[in-house]
Amino acid sequence: MTDEKAGTDEGANRMTGAEMVVRALVDNGVQHVFGYPGGAVLPIYDELFQQEEVEHILVRHEQGAGHAAEGYARSTGKAGVMLVTSGPGATNAVTALQDALMDSIPLVCISGQVPTTLIGSDAFQECDTVGITRPCTKHNWLVKNADDLPRIIHEAFRIATTGRPGPVVVDIPKDVQFAEGTYAPPSPVFEQKSYHPRTKGDGDQIRRAVELLANAERPVIYAGGGVINAGPRGSERLRELAALGGIPVTSTLMALGAYPASGENWLGMLGMHGTYEANMTMHGCDVMLCLGARFDDRITGRLDAFSPGSKKIHVDIDPSSINKTVRVDVPIIGDCASVLDDMVRLWRAGPGERGRTDVGPWWEKIDGWRARKSLAYKPNRDVIMPQYALERLHAATKDRDTYITTEVGQHQMWAAQFYGFEKPNRWMTSGGLGTMGYGLPAALGVQIAHRDSLVIDIAGDASVLMTMQEMSAAVQHEAPIKIFIMNNQYMGMVRQWQQLLHGNRLSHSYNESIPDFVKLAEAFGGVGIRAEKPDELDDAIAEMLAVDKPVLFDCRVANLANCFPMIPSGRAHNEMLLPDEASEQAIEQAIEADNRSLV
Amino acid sequence: MNAQQQPTGSAYFITRETESAERHTLSVLVDNEPGVLARVIGLFSGRGYNIDSLTVSETEHDAHLSRITIVTRGTPQVLYQIHSQLERIVPVHRVVDLTVVAKDLGHEKPLERELAMVKVRGAGDDRVEALRLADAFRAQVIDANKDHFIFEITGRVSKIEQFIAIMQPLGLVEVCRTGVAAMNRGPEAM
Repeated sequence: MTDEKAGTDEGANRMTGAEMVVRALVDNGVQHVFGYPGGAVLPIYDELFQQEEVEHILVRHEQGAGHAAEGYARSTGKAGVMLVTSGPGATNAVTALQDALMDSIPLVCISGQVPTTLIGSDAFQECDTVGITRPCTKHNWLVKNADDLPRIIHEAFRIATTGRPGPVVVDIPKDVQFAEGTYAPPSPVFEQKSYHPRTKGDGDQIRRAVELLANAERPVIYAGGGVINAGPRGSERLRELAALGGIPVTSTLMALGAYPASGENWLGMLGMHGTYEANMTMHGCDVMLCLGARFDDRITGRLDAFSPGSKKIHVDIDPSSINKTVRVDVPIIGDCASVLDDMVRLWRAGPGERGRTDVGPWWEKIDGWRARKSLAYKPNRDVIMPQYALERLHAATKDRDTYITTEVGQHQMWAAQFYGFEKPNRWMTSGGLGTMGYGLPAALGVQIAHRDSLVIDIAGDASVLMTMQEMSAAVQHEAPIKIFIMNNQYMGMVRQWQQLLHGNRLSHSYNESIPDFVKLAEAFGGVGIRAEKPDELDDAIAEMLAVDKPVLFDCRVANLANCFPMIPSGRAHNEMLLPDEASEQAIEQAIEADNRSLV
Repeated sequence: MNAQQQPTGSAYFITRETESAERHTLSVLVDNEPGVLARVIGLFSGRGYNIDSLTVSETEHDAHLSRITIVTRGTPQVLYQIHSQLERIVPVHRVVDLTVVAKDLGHEKPLERELAMVKVRGAGDDRVEALRLADAFRAQVIDANKDHFIFEITGRVSKIEQFIAIMQPLGLVEVCRTGVAAMNRGPEAM
C-alpha cells in the first residue's frame, strides 16, 4: 500500500477502463454524450452515474443518439459523442455513422463489446463492430488493453475533428472496461505517424487562383460544407472575397448560411433543386472557385455538360475530392479558412478593391436570370402551399436565435430554397446520405447544445415517423424542439420521381394511415398544434413559438405540390425544369392517381 | 399519357467510361495492425476498383510496418482516385505508384517478380519433358517422387504464366502463386 502511494501521480492515474473513458471524454472537452445503455457498456454507465462533468442524454434508439450528436456537432463545431452497447446498439448506430461520413461531421462513437474472451464465439449481443463500421467511419479501433484506451480515445477525437472531419468508432470490450490501467491525458504532441492532414494551401496555386479570379469576366464562387467545417473564419473570408471581387456566390445544400441569404451576391442554392440563376451562372461562368464542395451528382447534373467553358479552381482539405468527378485546372489542398485567408490577402495586395475586370455585364446577365423567378409558386387561398408555410415560418423566426434541422425529401428542398440562412452552423440537414429521420433527433442535439435558442425541425410526415420516438427523449430532457411537419400525406419526393420517371404509378408512396400528430404529441407529453388553412397559419406558428415544450406542428399542406425548379436526370444546368413550365402537367397527372389511391 | 419525360429513367447521371484502362503497380506502406489489410481490400471492393494481384508482409519489424503491393487496373483518373483514397486510410503511411515512378525514371515499368509452386504429376515421356522444360525456365525441383514434381519458379508474371501453360498438358495438378512483389530500379528508396 505504501509503495503505491509513493508515486502519487502514478496512483492517481491508475483506474479502470470505464473510468478512463469518462476521464478522457472530460479531458477532450466533452460536456454532453448521447447514448443508450446495455449489457456491454454498463461499467461506463456506472462511471457516468458517479460524476457530474459529462451530462448523458438518454435517447430512445441508437440512430437517434447518432443524429443528435451530429446536430450537436454541426451547430457547435465540436465533436458529437455517442455511447452505445454492443450488437444491436452498434448496428443501430451505422446509419448515423454513414451519414456523418458523407457530410463530414465529427462524431465519436464509443461502443461496448462482449469481453475479449468471448469475441468470435457468437456471444449474446455480439457483432463484429469494427468490421461492420469500417467502411462507414473515418477510422475505428477495437481496444484490447486498458492501457491503450486513453491514447486511442485521444486519437479518436483528433482524427474525428481534424482534416476532413468524420465519424470514428472506439469499440471497448467489457473486460477492458473493468480492467485497470494507467491513464494519460491528451498529449499536445501527437504520436500518430501516418496521419497528416494538410491545412495550408500551396502558395503558387493560390496565387494562380487569385489571378484567374481577378481576371475573370464571369466568375462564380461555389461554396460547400468545407467552408462551414473550416469554422466561422471560413464564412467571414468567403464574404470578404465575394465583396472584393463582386463575385456571385452559390452554395451546396451543406453550405447554406456560409454566405448570407440577404447578401447582395447571393444566388441561392445550386444543383438539382437549386435556383435558375445559380445553375445558369455555374453553366455560363468563365472561372469557378469551388470551396470545400465535392461536385456531387446532385450538383453537377450531366457531367459532360457541366460548366463547359470555365477554368475551375478547387479548394479541398481532402486530396481524394480533387479530380474525382470533375477535372479542375487549379487544385488547392488545404483548409478553406486558411486558403481564403491567403486569397483575400493576395487579392488586397494585388488586384485591389475592384479586381481587374468589369463584372457589370455578368451581373446584368445574372439579373436577367433572377428575373425568371424560378422559385415562384401559385398562391392558394384555401390550401396551405408548402412554400408559403416556409415563408411564414421564416418571417416569424428570422429575428430570433434560430437553428433549423430537416428531414429528407421535398420539405428539405423547400426549406433550403425558402428559409434564408444568414449565418453558418444554423442549418443541419442530411445531405450526402439523405437520411429520412435525421431532423428530429438532430434538433434534440442542437437544443442540448443551445438551451435558450429556438430549434425547429422542418419535417415531412413520412420522414418524421422514422425517428418519432425521440420526442420522448426531448420531453425527458426538457428540450423544447419544434417539429414543423409539412404534412402532405405522401412521401412527396418519391412521388415526384414516380410522376417524372415511372408513368405516374405511385407505388407505395402514399401513407394510408398517418397518425394524428396532435394526439401523438400529447401522448408523448408534448404539445400538438394543427394548421389547415392559410389564414390560420401565422397564429398557429405564434402559438408554437410561445410554447416551452416540444411541439409537433401538423401543417396540412397541399398534397400534390412538387418541388421545382429541377434539373431532370440526364440534363445539364441550363436545361432546368421551371415551375411554370412543368408543374401543371405533373400535378394534373398526380390528381388522377390520387383518385385511384384515395378511397 | 404515361410517356417518360426522362431519357434515362434513372435518378442518377450515368456516364460511360471513355478513357482506356492502364495496369499499375502500387506500393502501400502501412502500420502492421489488426484489420489494416481489410481496410485496404474493403476500399477496393467498396469503391469498385480492381485488384489483379495483392501481396503483403511486414518489411520493417522494428517500426511494425508492412508493405502491400497491389497490381490494379483503371483509367488514369481512377488510378489517381485509388491513390488518394488509399492515402485517406489512417494507418497508411505512404502510397507510391511504382508504374508512374518507373516512367519518370525512364523505365517501361518497375521490377516485378512473382514466385510460384507448380505440382506436376506424370510418368514416362511427359515426366522427362516436364523436367527438361523446368530446367529451361530455371525452375527448381523442391519436392519429387517417382510420379510427381513440385517446381519452384520465380520471375516476371508473364514467365510464370507461360510456364504454367506449358505444364498443363504434362500433368499439372496444382499451382500456388505469391502475387507480385515490386520495386523500382536505381539507388533510391520508395
